[in-house]
Amino acid sequence: MIDYDNFINESIKQVKPSGIRKFFDIAVEMDNVISLSIGEPDFQTPWHIREAGIRSLEKGKTWYSPNRGFAKLTQEISEYYKRRFNVYYSAENQVIVTVGGSEGIDLALRTLVSRGDEVLIPQPAFVCYDPLTYMAGGTPVFIETKAENRFRLTPEELESSITDKTKVLILPFPNNPTGAIMEREDLEAISKVIIKHDLFVISDEIYGELTYGGKQHVSIAEIEGMKERTIIVSGFSKAYAMTGWRLGYLLGPAPVMDQILKLHQYGIMSSPTTAQYAAIEALKNGDDDVAIMRKDYDMRRRLIVGKLNEIGLDCFEPLGAFYTFPCIKSTGLTSDEFATRLVKEKRVAVVPGTAFGDCGEGYVRISYAQSLKNIKTALKRIEEFVEELKNESKG
Amino acid sequence: MDKLLELLSENSSFTNKELALMLGEPEDYIAAQIKEYEQNGIIKGYQALVDWEKVPDAMVTAIIELKVTPKKETGFDEIAEQIMAFDEVSSMYLMAGSFDLSVFVNGKTMQDVASFVARKLSCIDGVIATATHFMLKAYKIGGVSLTDDDSASDERSMVL
Repeated sequence: MIDYDNFINESIKQVKPSGIRKFFDIAVEMDNVISLSIGEPDFQTPWHIREAGIRSLEKGKTWYSPNRGFAKLTQEISEYYKRRFNVYYSAENQVIVTVGGSEGIDLALRTLVSRGDEVLIPQPAFVCYDPLTYMAGGTPVFIETKAENRFRLTPEELESSITDKTKVLILPFPNNPTGAIMEREDLEAISKVIIKHDLFVISDEIYGELTYGGKQHVSIAEIEGMKERTIIVSGFSKAYAMTGWRLGYLLGPAPVMDQILKLHQYGIMSSPTTAQYAAIEALKNGDDDVAIMRKDYDMRRRLIVGKLNEIGLDCFEPLGAFYTFPCIKSTGLTSDEFATRLVKEKRVAVVPGTAFGDCGEGYVRISYAQSLKNIKTALKRIEEFVEELKNESKG
Repeated sequence: MDKLLELLSENSSFTNKELALMLGEPEDYIAAQIKEYEQNGIIKGYQALVDWEKVPDAMVTAIIELKVTPKKETGFDEIAEQIMAFDEVSSMYLMAGSFDLSVFVNGKTMQDVASFVARKLSCIDGVIATATHFMLKAYKIGGVSLTDDDSASDERSMVL
């Protein structure tokens, strides 16, 4: 009999499966579950964007694109980032179109990190940074962001995590799962530390279009001295509800992008052609669609935050992405127990905070990428659940 | 469009508190606003959205196209008011195009509807022609899809 274990790479064996999945798997086994656990828009891609994809197929545009992506698309991306976030990248050599933001994160890490380099990862954070750093040969070092700082990264926290091996800081804001954002003054404060220690930044700005409460996303590349040491990761999935098209992009200094391009070239060759035609239309004529979706998310966000606080689950006000991150410590349950019992007893799926790092204990992630009607029903069920827990502990 | 009206027309069961949260306005302002809409007749009422197909012994619905002769002084209004007075009529519209009035009629059976058309509608002075269309299935009413069960129709998968 073949011993597969002998054939598998030692590092990949060490990588744990994602903790988000477990609850989804429980949820799909049951009927009538409302899932507030999913990290993708409930909207469909706006029709005119889909149509642009369809038209390209009708015209027979079925070949590979150039490695960097179609020139028309890199041009549009360049103009878009300038227009929306006030940072300019040359379409010629500072933009690469990737297979989702995810490929971008992987490419950036594998291009920057050498064996033994330390990569700083603020947590709670999206689940991929840790395993991808590890597979790139780097050592993940976690920085715990705190509720009392509205889950923003402070210069003190950053400073105290830096060693002589630190090379890269991952900056995941607007943040999944907390919904935290970094404002200009927050970015200015950490930039001083980054420059002082000569670090490089991978800024994951995939949720950059989704900010609320009158706040605009600020890219760290806009802060003086930072553009030259930053790779921006972004994409079309969250802003334009285009998750299934698998399209993202990287922006960064040309010497780094040239190296990244080799990896992209050999591993992927080029990103999906149909999706690129759709993306051109999204950037050209999609601002209004984004505004409409943002407004809808904002209404749901206010409803959930207001209700959770009323129910007694302390919820800091998230100003970005489409997640709330309420504290469930008052129930006396662990995150895992809370999520497991909530889905079993009340048919509402949420993700335990621990899926996003150990420091997520005591919190759950509740996504509002779900219809208002379902959110309303789910909140009622959560309220009943918390009431029953209170009675339980009294009895 | 007014966001408050939009929300209420989608789902009138939102409480004032929920509406206040969503719109970022004080609760008493929302209450006052709704009262004003009710008083000046912008909000005419609140109804449940029923999928009659799921109800045993449900009624049948027909849309009847009517061609009528308008009156000299009152145009279509007088005859419209005469027709809408029947309990069987649930909704009614004046239309542009090849007929004049679109009348929604409910009855227990198709026979009921047929006899209402033959004995009551057709006999009204000024009614020139009728065409009765029975409704077979409702897919969407007032912006709400009746075909999918929300939680079951979530096709999204958990990828990470």
